[in-house]
Amino acid sequence: MRGFLRSDGRKGIRNVVAVAYLVECAHHVSRLIVQKSGSDDVHLIGFPGCYPNKYALEMMKRLCTHPNVGAVLLVSLGCESFNREELRKHIRASGRPVDLLVIQQAGGTTRTLNAGLEAVKKMRAQITQQQPVPMALSELVVGTVCGGSDGTSGITANPAVGRCFDWLIENDAACIFEETGELIGCERIMASRAVTPELGREIEACVDKAANYYRIMGYGSFAPGNAEGGLTTLEEKSMGAYSKSGSSPISGLIKPGDIPPRGGLYLLDVVPDGEPRFGFPNISDNAEIVELIACGSHLILFTTGRGSVVGSAISPVIKVCANPDTYERMADDMDVNAGRILHGAELDDVGREIYGLVQKVAGGEPSKSEALGHQEFILTYKQFEPIGPACLPAA
Amino acid sequence: MNDSSQGRLPPLLLLHPDDNILVARRDIAAGERVEIDGESLLIPGPVELGHKLARRALAPDTRVLKYGAPIGSMKMAVGRGEHVHLHNLRSDYIPSTTRDVGTDGH
Repeated sequence: MRGFLRSDGRKGIRNVVAVAYLVECAHHVSRLIVQKSGSDDVHLIGFPGCYPNKYALEMMKRLCTHPNVGAVLLVSLGCESFNREELRKHIRASGRPVDLLVIQQAGGTTRTLNAGLEAVKKMRAQITQQQPVPMALSELVVGTVCGGSDGTSGITANPAVGRCFDWLIENDAACIFEETGELIGCERIMASRAVTPELGREIEACVDKAANYYRIMGYGSFAPGNAEGGLTTLEEKSMGAYSKSGSSPISGLIKPGDIPPRGGLYLLDVVPDGEPRFGFPNISDNAEIVELIACGSHLILFTTGRGSVVGSAISPVIKVCANPDTYERMADDMDVNAGRILHGAELDDVGREIYGLVQKVAGGEPSKSEALGHQEFILTYKQFEPIGPACLPAA
Repeated sequence: MNDSSQGRLPPLLLLHPDDNILVARRDIAAGERVEIDGESLLIPGPVELGHKLARRALAPDTRVLKYGAPIGSMKMAVGRGEHVHLHNLRSDYIPSTTRDVGTDGH
């Protein structure tokens, strides 16, 4: 494996230019720049809101200095409240090439587009000079998410990802699982796996927070397709989702943008702190993926039973299909057919296939969604308090 | 895996010895004969891949166990081999929603 060394010591498995809009009003111009650049290595990210939000600024800082990102073009309309100068300064301090275009100053759509294309071309020329260096498995951060779960997810794809996680962690990689709202019912089992009792209590408290949040929202994280696929209750879905975590001890509880300090298994708390304020915690799967990436995930293992097609900007997404019938229908989108476990294949064999694929994709081979050009991205309003000292016990 | 090897596999999965439900490994037709804990019986209604059926008769308020862990409580009594889903099983946390009738409907 080889990676692109960044100034903070982390290494990237891709070397992309991120084009970031800082308000929805700059979205179209940014999209045009990405499309007309003609390169798969130019990715579109951004934040739509015009009102300030500390979480969004911190997330954009993390995303723009993610190890898979080599350079950044910021696109602002001009009058929005996003602190573009602070973001630019942060990116520049990381040693990455960064440019800022303000549409109102540049003179509108066409002038900004032309300036943007010029800037991206220059940045691409700069970063393609960079030579990759050797990268160990222990330097890898892998996130996992499930979407479109059904009654097969918790039997095939999720435990197979769990096996892969166990092997990655044996090699000192950092692995992150998440969506505490989809782990309601698993709080006591998870707490018993925490490396300290204090961390166990933090985990229980964060699942309580999630249950309370979703109760106020009026809906659990349970979609009609989950029921059509045989899942009946939120806690049943949770038990299936939980098996993605494998059997390693839980080393820490982190929040979006917190980077695992060392190898091990981490739980990502994605449910906002305080009174529910901005709506559902994660409005769709890509919101969870973006948060996993903000925590430094180089690639994402996405398990699906009903069949999801999404990928992501910045980090490749590997699809692990839980349901053999879905795999038959959507094989072009699926990297792994974990549903064959129902036909007699061994869980360990599928786990090994995923483990091998993680290393191949980390080594540069495109995943299915990546090759198909999926670069979904969504970031919305949230609020978080920093994690407490018990959440990351010293090694 | 070819179809013949799939056909030899039992159509129902027991995920944990404590479980009182079984999971369908494939679509099972109404009237199909299956074996549950050594006893042969006819499945009363169709059960799709990934869905659950009762391993034994379940009384109202029985905690349903899957993976050895509680996944909810029975709303009504069901007989052995019957489909266990939204119509007879409820969450002990937050009610499930469907497109049709909102919470815990069928």
